Amino acid sequence: MDAAATLPLLLGLAWLAPLVSFVAILFYGPRMGPHGRNAATVATAAIVTSLVLSLLAAGVWLGNHPVTAAVAHGGGDHGATGIPGADSPGGQGPGHGGEGHAVGEHASGGHGAPVPPSYSGDWYTLYEAGGLTLSIGWWIDALTVMMFVVVTLIATCIHVYASGYMHDELHDVTDHEVHLADGSHLHRPGRFPRFFQALSLFCFSMLGIVIAGNLAMVFIFWELVGICSWFLIGFYYERQSASNAANKAFIVNRVGDFGMLIGLMALWGALGTLHFGDRTVVDASGAPVARPGLFSLVRPASTGHALEVPAGMVEFAAADEVAAVVRTTAAQGGGADPGAVAATVASRVDDWRARGLGRWLLFIAGVGIFCGCVGKSAQFPLFVWLPDAMEGPTPVSALVHSATMVAAGVYLVGRFYPVLTPDVLYVIAWIGAITLFIAATIALVANDIKRVLAYSTVSQLGYMMLALGVGGWAAGLFHLVTHAFFKSLLFLCSGSVIHACHTNDMRKMGGLAKVMPWTAGTMLVGCLAIIGAGIPFVIGTSGYYSKDAILAQALAFANANPGRGWLFGAVAGGAFLTAFYMFRLWFMTFAGEPRDHHIAEHAHESPPVMVRPLVVLAVLAVVAGWTLPGGFGLANLIEQARPAGTGGMEQGGFLFSGLVVPPEHESHEGAVHVTATLTAFATAAAGVLLAAVMYLWGWVSPHVVAGALRPAYEFLAHRWYFDELYHAIFVAPVLAVSALVSGADRGIIDRIIDGLAWSARCLAGFDAWIDKWVVDGLVNATADVTWNAGLELKKFQTGRLRQYVTFIALGTVALFVLLSFLYRSTFAG
Amino acid sequence: MSGGSWGAGGVAALIAFGPFSEPVTVSHYMVVGAVMFVAGIVCMAVKRNALGVLMGIELVLNGANVNFVALSSPYLQANGPGLGLDGQAMALFVILLAAAEAAVALAITLNFYNNHATVDVDRAEDLKG
Repeated sequence: MDAAATLPLLLGLAWLAPLVSFVAILFYGPRMGPHGRNAATVATAAIVTSLVLSLLAAGVWLGNHPVTAAVAHGGGDHGATGIPGADSPGGQGPGHGGEGHAVGEHASGGHGAPVPPSYSGDWYTLYEAGGLTLSIGWWIDALTVMMFVVVTLIATCIHVYASGYMHDELHDVTDHEVHLADGSHLHRPGRFPRFFQALSLFCFSMLGIVIAGNLAMVFIFWELVGICSWFLIGFYYERQSASNAANKAFIVNRVGDFGMLIGLMALWGALGTLHFGDRTVVDASGAPVARPGLFSLVRPASTGHALEVPAGMVEFAAADEVAAVVRTTAAQGGGADPGAVAATVASRVDDWRARGLGRWLLFIAGVGIFCGCVGKSAQFPLFVWLPDAMEGPTPVSALVHSATMVAAGVYLVGRFYPVLTPDVLYVIAWIGAITLFIAATIALVANDIKRVLAYSTVSQLGYMMLALGVGGWAAGLFHLVTHAFFKSLLFLCSGSVIHACHTNDMRKMGGLAKVMPWTAGTMLVGCLAIIGAGIPFVIGTSGYYSKDAILAQALAFANANPGRGWLFGAVAGGAFLTAFYMFRLWFMTFAGEPRDHHIAEHAHESPPVMVRPLVVLAVLAVVAGWTLPGGFGLANLIEQARPAGTGGMEQGGFLFSGLVVPPEHESHEGAVHVTATLTAFATAAAGVLLAAVMYLWGWVSPHVVAGALRPAYEFLAHRWYFDELYHAIFVAPVLAVSALVSGADRGIIDRIIDGLAWSARCLAGFDAWIDKWVVDGLVNATADVTWNAGLELKKFQTGRLRQYVTFIALGTVALFVLLSFLYRSTFAG
Repeated sequence: MSGGSWGAGGVAALIAFGPFSEPVTVSHYMVVGAVMFVAGIVCMAVKRNALGVLMGIELVLNGANVNFVALSSPYLQANGPGLGLDGQAMALFVILLAAAEAAVALAITLNFYNNHATVDVDRAEDLKG
């Protein structure tokens, strides 16, 4: 099969299927069966369609690019067997509208670094002006295909699970957490279709990020994911806590996205493109013109895909020098010739690059993009939204925490990895280490079962970021996938527990293993997977492989950078803490005697529709990390997508001198690997043992420990006071300014407006008085005078004929007399 | 007809030396007309009988007629006879109108009598304001 034509079609359809479901439920949801019951079927059918198409695409991919162990360690010097310059021509997908571009896995021109197979192109151009093209396109490589399978697989499990979990929404709901003013509880109609509508949109958005062929499209779907999380976290929006949590998640993410916008602007302003892959566009004269994408600009084939500051950024930063060149050329009489200027500038770019111009721009672009990932993937200092996001229904937590939202940040760092300089990577490693440590310590003392898992997610995301930051590209993404499986499993298990106990508080649980064996068993598998349990060097759960890879890479980094060894310490300490808090959770929930008999008596195993996804995910959580004897496995599949030129050693940072990012393949072998594996095993075992000592066997009472370390315990129980800190730094000043502004609004502006209204009212009153008494008065007075005159004159109308005659005669005489006077005085006089 | 004294002793003197000592002029006719007019007015003003009132009207009209005729008579012009017969024509119109008016007025009076069994004009006050 022609992969260049088939893959975009299959994955494009897989991407659009949830959108169809979203639109259908949006318009017809409430009419889908009683109370919209069939909305779940529609959404599940859509995501299953996506899953099937993704699996088909994976089949096509593997048929064209078989995964072998040889690729696994495909570092700098393994894969240089290709045909020189063998960029395959773009696969013209009929009906796709855009041009496709396929890159083979053959090395270009004997420079050594292998180019991973990938396909890119545009379906639809949204906007085109000058050099900028905003389009809906695709970039498909092994990572894209794998993420499609993972996201749709986990989303399918969650859809099935949610159709059982959300059955309360099928009839009217009385929300016991919402107290109305009259003391009663809120009573509202169920919102079953609405839930699945948002879930479908969520999946569509996430798949859009995964398939996106350029950063503009990533940003569009990035924001769509944000708004979906807002819908779902605020699903019970009548609860104050839920609506606050939704707003918090949304606003905190905007903070990160602001940085992302800066990164986008830096890239676009200096490079004029946001596409990942190379494109061939047709210019005005009809001739095809090659437009290199971001990856080719930063790691051009001419340098053997080694990182260099792109010429666009150098010229952008060297504006003064370029101006000098223009002046010199003009002085030499060639001022009108842009070609001469361009030639001179091009000849000096290497010079300027050597002077370090433009490297800050590349650094800012990388850090800016990473800022967006900090928000989405809940890294320090923007991790505060994720634990609050527990206010959403549990299936949403599972989706947000595993396959969609938080995965998007790590995925983008992985996708954008070729553009990140060692300095940016070091920043990422720092942030990851801080995040994993803070979150792990908070998880130690949390009592809400979902919050423990939430902080564990934050901590694991820190692991992934740290892995990416120390050069463990494959390790970080591998952990992203395995974590997606076991974290969704853990969340769905916790949802099952909450469903049975109707409480989130672990202090009221205990002994549940007897009543809910399936949940307890699958959750134990999830806990083992997250701590990376396994028999060293033989076999283990999925977490065993991914976490070992991270530890090994961190150790390799520590060895390569003697002064920066603390990163490995953070990872190893984090592994110990992870093991402790995960088994603390399991022991408190399932082991021992019930603490609250009322809850324990009413607890029951969840219905099969909820248990089956747990079993599927538990199996995946165990086997996802395995590599089959032929070399087939997730780790090697990811390795197949390794960006060109990132397999070797990266040296030097201009901010952090002497920084060395070691090549990843070295960490898989030899002493580093052995040390890392043993460290991981020892720390995890120590953590489990300590948890057992405190919570299973009860040799040491947790209360005694908490009492002995009271200040530390308080510090952790208050989550390092981050919420309080942010409240004091950001929220309180904003509220104060708001109060001031609203005070000014009410005290000054409203006063003025009220005063104007008052004077207008007075003026109107005066006008009314004038109208009533002067104008109307005149009219009425005229009428009155006329009326009274009539009344008076009436008296003369006596009806006596003889009197009339007398009047006539006398009147005539009187007129004559009068006229004679007037005549004399007026006319004659 | 200025300042004649109406004292009983003056009547003979009036006859001997008063107006009769002069030729009859327009002024004499006008005096007669004025007397008739005033008599008619007074008659209308004091009579309660509708027929009496009608008679008063005739007096007024004919007083005017006397003036018309006198003022246009060719024999009474001091500066010689003229040929204007306007006054006479007007007098004939007035007589004509008086006849018509008398016919209508008598019809009204008869009807009034039929309705009120009287011809007292003071009782005819239905149109009083």
